[in-house]
Amino acid sequence: MLKIADKTFSSRLFTGTGKFSSSALMEEALVASGSELVTVALKRVDVRNNEQDDLLIRLKYPHINLLPNTSGVRNAKEAIFAAQLAREALETNWIKLEIHPDPKYLMPDPIETLKATEELAKLGFVVLPYIHADPVLCKRLEDAGTAAVMPLGSPIGSNKGLKTIDFLEIIIAQSNVPVIIDAGIGSPSDAARALEIGADAVLVNTAIAVSGNPIRMATAFKIAVEAGRIAFEAKLASPVSHAVASSPLTSFLDA
Amino acid sequence: MHSFNDIFETYNWDEVKASIYAKTGADVEKALSATKRTLEDFKALVSPAAAPYLEQMAQLSQQLTLKRFGKVIQMYVPLYLSNECSNICTYCGFSYDNKVRRKTLSPMEIMQEVAVIKAMGYEHVLLVTGEDNVTVHVEYFKKVLELIRPHFAHISMEVQPMDLEDYAQLTPYGLNTVLVYQETYHREDYKKHHPKGKKSNFKYRLETPDRLGQAGIHKMGLGVLIGLEDWRTDCFFTALHLHYLEKKYWQSKYSLSFPRLRPFSGGLEPKVEMNDRELVQLICAYRLFNEEVELSISTRESPHFRNNIIKLGITSISAGSKTNPGGYAVEPESLEQFEISDERSPADIAKVISQQGYEPVWKDWDNCLT
Ligand code: SF4
Repeated sequence: MLKIADKTFSSRLFTGTGKFSSSALMEEALVASGSELVTVALKRVDVRNNEQDDLLIRLKYPHINLLPNTSGVRNAKEAIFAAQLAREALETNWIKLEIHPDPKYLMPDPIETLKATEELAKLGFVVLPYIHADPVLCKRLEDAGTAAVMPLGSPIGSNKGLKTIDFLEIIIAQSNVPVIIDAGIGSPSDAARALEIGADAVLVNTAIAVSGNPIRMATAFKIAVEAGRIAFEAKLASPVSHAVASSPLTSFLDA
Repeated sequence: MHSFNDIFETYNWDEVKASIYAKTGADVEKALSATKRTLEDFKALVSPAAAPYLEQMAQLSQQLTLKRFGKVIQMYVPLYLSNECSNICTYCGFSYDNKVRRKTLSPMEIMQEVAVIKAMGYEHVLLVTGEDNVTVHVEYFKKVLELIRPHFAHISMEVQPMDLEDYAQLTPYGLNTVLVYQETYHREDYKKHHPKGKKSNFKYRLETPDRLGQAGIHKMGLGVLIGLEDWRTDCFFTALHLHYLEKKYWQSKYSLSFPRLRPFSGGLEPKVEMNDRELVQLICAYRLFNEEVELSISTRESPHFRNNIIKLGITSISAGSKTNPGGYAVEPESLEQFEISDERSPADIAKVISQQGYEPVWKDWDNCLT
């Protein structure tokens, strides 16, 4: 079971709601994925009239927790405002912090993200920041009170997989909070790999939403994430690099 | 804010010990072939089952150390400031109940010692005192640091554990590193060996690295005194402690030492003997478990052992050490903390290091950077 702040999750596949060809298809795919944490862009929901919001209505399942995200904001100040809005409208203090001032590649701003995390943690939010695979930033965020870190695997929406794997491994090795690989995961095998190396969860959106059959693909991801986790728990056998004794280092002990 | 004590309390000494001794050759092989080694792997590597794999461990340890540190060995020397101590420790020459003449160096005497140490080539110094809060307190340390700071690039300290505020006060004076050895993680045995004085507070000592981390110290050193209790179990707890600290105080650097109980005036026989072979096993196990940690060896060990250990995984070495206050110049005959085993001069040790294709490094830090 994965625990983040006060919640436990039996599925380690988190999903997003963007890019589906219809909300009906989205609903079916997300149900098939078994995901218990679904991120929703605050900018996409009608916060003032959320009872009527089509997206939200489709996510009303007892096992699904909503994770509003701040996508669209460009700095800490806007992010804090968006988080407060989300808390009021969706009645959750969970927030996926996304600050990307750059509209082309949607690269997260590390400095504004750290600032916003500090502030939001003080305000009682459960903060899940989307960030670069930057090990030092992860530690700084931890000190700032983040509930988890969400480093990217490769550029958002790129489906390129775990291009940052060397850094993800460092992040996982030294993290005291759950590590969720966000962005770039393009195939179930990427997701399995992420779990194999010890990531606590993955967040997948584009790879499901724009696939040929989102419902089948959601199922494939569900199984892949489970397989990856089992492999991690079973402890992968690593490639053997046996040392070759050129000149023995310990023969002095026999003297 | 929780401390290492919270984690420590979830462990049981006897269970840990049993699980180490239950490790098999297969567990050792798994640990050897792993790319990232866990605490369970560490247990296998320090277990009796690892003995036949010693050469393989040494080869790996050498490779990993070369990868991270290159072919250099850091030189350091202790400067004993005082042998006054208000604790009773059954294994130490400075113990309160040891009726010998006590001495604390005055500023002038300190400078005489510094002159000799500098002439030997040292830039890294380790300040050592007994634990006597009346003579060697924060104010004394401040004065000492002020006095010697211009003469050294890196200053370490091995003195009594202090409060967070004290550490925070000392760092601006140029304190870079603090060493604090738990002596043993066996609670009951700890009590037996430290019956009196502030040091008998096991928890306060156990939480000292947490206070150092909170004070933002640049580097801290951990370890146990080998000989008090089952070394495999004690060193597992050291590894656990290191593992916890590294994750939490990620801006600090860490070093480990593995002092074996040495004879001293009025001394205690070790309860557990650790032979050279086992010490090599431990050094390699630490290296295989942690590629970044500095491993340090003192003049407690024999010349033969020290010559050969250079290539195996250690990263720093002391030489020409005196373990008595004033030992270098002021009062060579004052009481030693323990007898040293390698009497060779720093220049001789430097030569041994160079002959093995390594570079002895005298300065590897600068106070102006902190
Ligand atoms: S080990 Fe330290 S505290 Fe104990 S008697 Fe010696 S100097 Fe004092």
